[in-house]
Amino acid sequence: MAVIGESPGRMPRVTLGARLHNNNNFLGLLFMIPAGIMLLVFLAYPLGLGVWLGLTDVKIGRPGKFIGLGNFRWLAQDSLFWLSVFNTLLYTVVASVIKFGLGLWLALILNKHMPFKAMIRAIVLLPFIVPTVLSAMAFWWIYDAQDSIISFLLIQLGLIDSNIDFLGKANNARASVIAANIWRGIPFVAITLLAGLQTISPTLYEAATIDGATRMQMFRKITFPLLTPIIAVVMTFSVLFTFSDFQLIWVMTRGGPFNATHLMATLAYQRAIVGGSLGEGSAIAVAMIPFLLSAILFSYFGLQRRKWQQGGTDD
Amino acid sequence: MASVVARNVVKAFGSTEVLHGIDVEIPDKAFVVLVGPSGCGKSTLLRMIAGLEKVTAGEISIGGQVVNNVPPKQRNIAMVFQNYALYPHMKVFENMAFSLRLAKASDEIVQEKVHAAADALNLREYLDRYPRQLSGGQRQRVAIGRAMVRDPQVFLFDEPLSNLDAKLRVQMRTELKELHQRIGGTSIYVTHDQIEALTMGDRIVVMRDGYVEQVGSPLEVYDYPNNIFVASFIGSPAMNLFAGTVTAKDGLSIVLADDGTVLPLAQGHGVSDGRRVVYGIRPEYLALSKEGQGFETEVVVVEPTGADILVIGRTAGQELRASFHDRHDFRPGQRIWLNPRLDTVHLFDQETTRRLELDEADSDLPRFRAV
Repeated sequence: MAVIGESPGRMPRVTLGARLHNNNNFLGLLFMIPAGIMLLVFLAYPLGLGVWLGLTDVKIGRPGKFIGLGNFRWLAQDSLFWLSVFNTLLYTVVASVIKFGLGLWLALILNKHMPFKAMIRAIVLLPFIVPTVLSAMAFWWIYDAQDSIISFLLIQLGLIDSNIDFLGKANNARASVIAANIWRGIPFVAITLLAGLQTISPTLYEAATIDGATRMQMFRKITFPLLTPIIAVVMTFSVLFTFSDFQLIWVMTRGGPFNATHLMATLAYQRAIVGGSLGEGSAIAVAMIPFLLSAILFSYFGLQRRKWQQGGTDD
Repeated sequence: MASVVARNVVKAFGSTEVLHGIDVEIPDKAFVVLVGPSGCGKSTLLRMIAGLEKVTAGEISIGGQVVNNVPPKQRNIAMVFQNYALYPHMKVFENMAFSLRLAKASDEIVQEKVHAAADALNLREYLDRYPRQLSGGQRQRVAIGRAMVRDPQVFLFDEPLSNLDAKLRVQMRTELKELHQRIGGTSIYVTHDQIEALTMGDRIVVMRDGYVEQVGSPLEVYDYPNNIFVASFIGSPAMNLFAGTVTAKDGLSIVLADDGTVLPLAQGHGVSDGRRVVYGIRPEYLALSKEGQGFETEVVVVEPTGADILVIGRTAGQELRASFHDRHDFRPGQRIWLNPRLDTVHLFDQETTRRLELDEADSDLPRFRAV
């Protein structure tokens, strides 16, 4: 239609602007620019800067120079770094497994008909709503060596004789911060799994009842398999959040006692900001990337649509 | 195989009673259709027979055994659901084998039974697919196959065809009926579609608002509806119903419609003059006639269906439907005379809505067992 130069006089001249206006590729690109800029400025730039810093020996107040993998060689010899890796893995694995178990259990309960259902669901969401710093401070108090309400209650019940030193002993402190993390993370798991449960048609359970399935068999053969796609999503996110946790630990223990609760994120912060070694701190943070990447890869394969979800366009 | 009997069955959800003392007897090997408008309680009754709903009062027995407190899996029944209820994460084979696996049947038995059912339903080539990869009709066949595999005493169908398109529904209707004739088995089939009820059932149970309105063979229910509800619900296009009064005119007994239209009656019906009645005549029993014979109607809309021509007209201030097998050239606005076949005219009492012949001159009508 728009043959330039040869179009008869009556044809309106198609300007470049008008033609671009009708070009889907150009429009698509145009609309993506704002989002692209956001991603570049707020995600790609900090990430790139972090990685770059990890390859330098910058300290606060002193420009550093490129030292290649020097920081990483140094960290490989650092037993505290390896302790933080161990702590992070322990923290992530134990907390995620328990969050999954309790969250699934809670979701199954909330999926039943019961009085005050809406209110109970709202209450379950509370830990998720409260700012983490606030709940961390509350836990800090709950775990206080002198005034812990848990110790107080257990003494009143006659179960123990003296206060428990929750945050003062290595393993106590690890268990305590894990418990706080579980408390904080369960709502996300429970509510998301509940949403997944509600997509399962009740007639499937009726059909299974008539087929002769017991409750346990229905859970194992129907509920759980149908829930696996959403479990993969939820647990990937849960693992990512837990692995990179910082706030809870920093408020409650600052990594103590004797670095027993130092996670990679807290150690990175301590070295980079508190200690001023931006390069080394960044290197620790960069060292988290392979772990997080493997979690994402796991989810990438876990999230792929199951074979039974494919095919068929109707419904 | 077994008969199914409901005796004075009541169902209440909280304080709302939805079934008010249902008595139904379903003989062994019969194909019985529960039909009624939505909300009439037919599905609830079916679910009580299945054991998915508790019986509030009364008793349900299967094969002579009261099953009120027997869990569904011990009732030896199988159910086909409206939305098929296939397990989406299992292949067709495993869907059909599920109940056998739960019962810990040996692998040979599972193979044998599933393949037998698949052959009967032409599903052999789909055994390795997931439900999502099947069409609606195929899914419904899988659901039926899943029921067949269990060799149940009773098959329960809960509106199994209503999710299918019209053409497939007609085809599946025939297939289901043929299947029942082949494998037998007491079948209870719930539908809101009266055509489905008429075409499939050995017996029809017409329900409304938690009561049984009539039980009988399809033609009994069609030809001798117990009351105005059954008359208007069964049959499509529906029976024409006119309110009027039985009156003597020129020595003949007629029904005088409320606007003065004269509706002819067979004589000797035994209904006394002055009685307020509803005059019922089915559309196919109205014949085109000469002026002065029968009653007049004004053609409003003509709907040729191919086999018949349906005329929607206006008589006695209300809509009238007449269907003609012969080709006529009707035009909107045209006035025509229609003569009802007198032996097919029904009179219903306006107060009780019951069919009058049943009350007063029922000697030569087949009596239905009070089931």
